[in-house]
Amino acid sequence: MRPLSLQQRIEQAVHEGRTALIPFITAGFPEPERFAGIMRELDASGADIIEIGVPFSDPVADGPVVEEASRTALAAGVSLDWTLEQLAGLRSELAAGLVLMGYYNPFLQYGLERLAQDAARAGVQGFIVPDLPLDEDGPLRAALAPHKLDLIALVGPNTGDERMRAYAAAASGYVYVVSVMGTTGVRRDLPMDAAQTVRRAQAIFHIPVALGFGIHSPEQIRDMPSPPQAVVFGSALLRHLAAGNTAKEFMAPWTSEQNL
Amino acid sequence: MKKGRFGDFGGQYVPELLMPPLWELERACASILPSPAFQRELADLLRNFAGRPTPLTRCDALSRELGFSLWLKREDLLHTGAHKMNNTLGQALLARHMGKKKLIAETGAGQHGVATAAAAAKLGMDCTIYMGSVDVERQAPNVARMKLLGARLVPVESGTRTLKDAINETLRAWITEQADTHYCFGTAAGPHPFPTLVRDLQAVIGKETRAQTLEQIGRLPDAVLACVGGGSNAIGIFHPFAADPDAAGVRLIGLEAGGTGEPGCYNSAPLNLGRPGVLHGQFSMLLQNADGQVEPSHSVSAGLDYPGVGPEHAWLRQSGRAEYHIVADASALAAFETLSRREGIIPALESSHALAFALDNPAAFAKDSHVVVNLSGRGDKDLGIAFQHLALFQGEAACAP
Repeated sequence: MRPLSLQQRIEQAVHEGRTALIPFITAGFPEPERFAGIMRELDASGADIIEIGVPFSDPVADGPVVEEASRTALAAGVSLDWTLEQLAGLRSELAAGLVLMGYYNPFLQYGLERLAQDAARAGVQGFIVPDLPLDEDGPLRAALAPHKLDLIALVGPNTGDERMRAYAAAASGYVYVVSVMGTTGVRRDLPMDAAQTVRRAQAIFHIPVALGFGIHSPEQIRDMPSPPQAVVFGSALLRHLAAGNTAKEFMAPWTSEQNL
Repeated sequence: MKKGRFGDFGGQYVPELLMPPLWELERACASILPSPAFQRELADLLRNFAGRPTPLTRCDALSRELGFSLWLKREDLLHTGAHKMNNTLGQALLARHMGKKKLIAETGAGQHGVATAAAAAKLGMDCTIYMGSVDVERQAPNVARMKLLGARLVPVESGTRTLKDAINETLRAWITEQADTHYCFGTAAGPHPFPTLVRDLQAVIGKETRAQTLEQIGRLPDAVLACVGGGSNAIGIFHPFAADPDAAGVRLIGLEAGGTGEPGCYNSAPLNLGRPGVLHGQFSMLLQNADGQVEPSHSVSAGLDYPGVGPEHAWLRQSGRAEYHIVADASALAAFETLSRREGIIPALESSHALAFALDNPAAFAKDSHVVVNLSGRGDKDLGIAFQHLALFQGEAACAP
């Protein structure tokens, strides 16, 4: 049986009356030995899609938590090759969809066509590249297309409707809405315009909307008039794991909230 | 050529959230920058505040020895002590015309930070400088100057805690503060339109040099030399020659910093020793490992200590219009001392790399030819590190048989 596409996974969650959950984990953080275990735990705790961060030395779109996780992973020897190998070994055990999130240079140096082939083989269904705007994504998009891999668009509060439409024309999978004018990281409150950006994206894109950056608890989206179909949480989860806690504990409030 | 590209190099590899401020800057570059009113205002600032034009000085003593005429373009005499001021005055003025109230900037050695702080003070703008905490420690005099000029200094603790990380942090700050803030980028690198904007603002060096050689020599020079870190002083002096078919015979020579020069040691020579890659918004030559992780750089001169290089240099090298060589720490230090003693000019350690190539390779230039070195900055800031190293060399020499 063909696995569900990323879009179908989120739509299925929505169909079941819940928000799709997309945890982000930096590959090999906090320790490479824990990676497989964390992936299994996230999968078993209700993740619809798991975003795996490929560490990079200069992550300009990330705040201190993800940057530190990246650095720790690199120091432990984590690489794109290692990450793809791990995922290839795990793919048959995981129900969740897999998305690789990483900066362009490590992908470019790996070779874009080889990357698409190896990622597809490892069960990856999509890519998020935070330093690759629409104007520069042609080569990667061309490499991913034959393997039916999605290139997830990132848009934010300062992305105008016209620009969103340009992204929408080529978009597949889901669209990632950045909640704040800033980098990744835990924020107590989301800015007022986050809900509005979500609503604009929902009106323009024909695919589900995932909200990320600063997300840590279900209350943050509960009161939105038009809540996103999915949420991404990264820094909050990494912090939780770095403190010695389990992925399962972190996921609990999200899944229990949804069962109320 | 595609917008913002130099051959294959250049581009805009930034988070989507940075695209709107880059477009805003592109529009300002097209509408405000070329306007006669703006150009008049900038020319006035360059002349009466910064001290342009800078002289073209012939090194009489060294020329006799070398067998060719060695000329120095004296950017060391510019206000705040280096060519950086050409860029910061232009960008600060442009930002003010765009309605921005604040400037943010990265700095490595501190020269760009000081030049940005001075431009901000002169134009009445708020200024914040991001500087790696390692650099804050080793560049104390420039830190003091920035503070005196009214800038807020933010030490950057991430990564290698040097220039590369200061740029990351300033890009992050710009995402958040873009509404009222201009990122005054320090070199002819980064996402489009910075490589073009900074080049155009620094091209005043090459335009003056061209006119001065015609006046003082009676013809164009045979070669133009400049050190290359990010590459702004080099592209500034190269561009008017590279763009002019009549100057096709002028050799353009860029010098990268080789560090200690020992095999396997860190260097700052991505054009010679790196591979094409993406960092800080651009596709250019880059020091990186096999996995595409950026390698730390090293040079005795903090201003050249950067793992990347502006995209136009990558293209000039590929097209063959310019040549790029490596100069090691020790050669630059020797040139630093030679120029000071023989010509009465203390050069920046950065510019000493360009000078060293001319001094160490006289055979590379025909007898009676005219060679211009861009003396991009003065060396007062380098006295501490230079004396430390020069004393070391003397010690070694004394031990030699």
